[in-house]
Amino acid sequence: MQEKTEKQFYLKIYKNLKLTRRFEEKTIELMNRGEIPGALHPSNGMEAVGVGVCSALVKGDIVCPSHRTISAQITKGAQIKYLLAEYMGKVDGYSRGKGGSMHINAGFENDVFGVDSVVGGKASIATGIALAAKLRGNKSVTAVFFGDGAMNQGVVLESMNMAAIWKLPVLFVCENNQYAATTSASYSTLLKNLSSRSQAFGFDGFTVDGMDVLSVYNRTKEIVEKIRAGNGPSLLEAITYRYKGHWSGEELQNYVKYRTKDEIRQWELRCPILTFGKYLTANNICGQSEIDDIDAEIEKIIEDAVSFARKSEYPAAQEGIKGMYATQY
Amino acid sequence: MRIIRYSKAISEAMEIAMEKDPDVFIMGEDVRASARGLTIGFVDKFGLERIIDTPISEQAFHGCAIGAAMMGLRPILEYQISEFVFFAFEQLVDQAQKFHYISGSKVKVPLTIMVPASGAIGSTAGQHSDHAYPYLLHAGMKVLMPSTPYDAKGLISSAIADDDPVAVFLPQKLFPSKGEVPEEEYKVPIGVGQIKKEGTDITVVATGHLVPLAIKAGEDLEKKGISLEVFDPRTLLPLDKDLLIRSVSKTGRAVIFDDSNRTCGFAAEVSAVLSEECFKYLKGPVIRVTRPDVPVPFSPPMEEFVLPDEVKLIKAILDMTGNPKEKK
Repeated sequence: MQEKTEKQFYLKIYKNLKLTRRFEEKTIELMNRGEIPGALHPSNGMEAVGVGVCSALVKGDIVCPSHRTISAQITKGAQIKYLLAEYMGKVDGYSRGKGGSMHINAGFENDVFGVDSVVGGKASIATGIALAAKLRGNKSVTAVFFGDGAMNQGVVLESMNMAAIWKLPVLFVCENNQYAATTSASYSTLLKNLSSRSQAFGFDGFTVDGMDVLSVYNRTKEIVEKIRAGNGPSLLEAITYRYKGHWSGEELQNYVKYRTKDEIRQWELRCPILTFGKYLTANNICGQSEIDDIDAEIEKIIEDAVSFARKSEYPAAQEGIKGMYATQY
Repeated sequence: MRIIRYSKAISEAMEIAMEKDPDVFIMGEDVRASARGLTIGFVDKFGLERIIDTPISEQAFHGCAIGAAMMGLRPILEYQISEFVFFAFEQLVDQAQKFHYISGSKVKVPLTIMVPASGAIGSTAGQHSDHAYPYLLHAGMKVLMPSTPYDAKGLISSAIADDDPVAVFLPQKLFPSKGEVPEEEYKVPIGVGQIKKEGTDITVVATGHLVPLAIKAGEDLEKKGISLEVFDPRTLLPLDKDLLIRSVSKTGRAVIFDDSNRTCGFAAEVSAVLSEECFKYLKGPVIRVTRPDVPVPFSPPMEEFVLPDEVKLIKAILDMTGNPKEKK
């Protein structure tokens, strides 16, 4: 990589990390003000996984994010204003107000298949997307994201086996944030590293520091090359942490206790965005002023998106019974 | 016209679709070996890449077909038993069926599932005899149920060409039955029912393998001066309400003859439609002849007692009509 493009690439990674963080912070604020209905599943703390993985993919590589991988959609090019309009249930949203944050779909134009709010439900679908690529002889790789909880879902394990026997170009990404809602991964399995499950299916598994975007990126790049060359699937486990509750209402449920404030604080000290910002300046990749400029640009994007989404109309109520079928009779 | 078996008609529909469109492929358990006899010779003709055996992983291979369908391929999932609907329920109703809607109509899922419905040989008991289509109807999935070889070939062609998930229930009791089937491709449109026997007194809404039994009951009841009209919806969803209502408006009476569970079943739905949209023409209550809500028992006398057949249909009709004496 040339110096200039390398710098741009790093700054892009920073921007995607920070944009994800600021977008989700804004959605929490808007939800608290009653402008976003339903529930949110913020990924704060986990941004480096989706950004790191998707930065190692190319146009045409498909991503199937989980309901907590908005970072993947943003890195793949999803526009904040359409994301926010969808979160607010507006007609200009990516799914015309029919999906909301849990089922948002930034569309084929961004190589994104809809977010799956069913734990592990997209693992199987990702194998099908990869099968289609293989049958049609194109070189695309499909990355599917799910949490540590999904590693105990039968369909995920079935899918890994199928992807293995057919050597499908799938990257299974386990965002191990250590809790499936309130149930810890150390309670749910006896394995030290969830990536070791891949051995049971006969393919490679890797564990990386999911708080370090470059670790995620570098490892993914290496794995994706092998996958693209026809060597079948791999499993990437990224150890990460979510700062917020499983869902937006959890903070109000004082009785829900499964981790300590101290534990959260320890992980906050390892914030992937602060860490990466410091890395950029410490290594003279860019100066603080350039980071400040990006931060300012992000605030503008968010501000514009808020005003766009507020102006966007709600869909006509009767649209709720339309769009059930692609072929009408 | 040429006469072939129902099972051959199924096979032909898939074969023609695969010849015409390289995006069509078949996936399932034991499809290469053709365990159901529906894909004999397909591996030689279309290759292993288009006839794909899966591990015993129903959830995963459903999802796999859904993903491939989203990318524009047209997978056919061939079931070995109808209970796969239960194994794959999440993938069918939560993923395949919802995806077009929740994506704001961006994504299409042109998936066909071929379900061998109800036991062919009898005594396949509780976990091999379900007719699981009411679950899918409830979720809004298109469900087809051909009762003749002609309808089987034409409806399967339509299902494969459709851009949504479509479940085709194929009653195994009909597999050996024969009928006229054109050699070339044709389509029986989805959402269009058919009057399989004309009559004036009572409309029998019959599905799948019960259609020929209803026609036979109609012939028997002629002797008592009762004229049955047999309406075969052919597609359970979308339902041809126009033809249904036209028939019941004429006869004023309806019996729904359906081999699935009773509560919230297909018969319950048809009964509700008639009550809502045809009430002023009804001369009496709409009657259901269905399975009761129990698993199908193993032992032949119990199984016979539980499953709907023409004897139960005739009894229901005679109860309705006060059992007129046979005409001399």
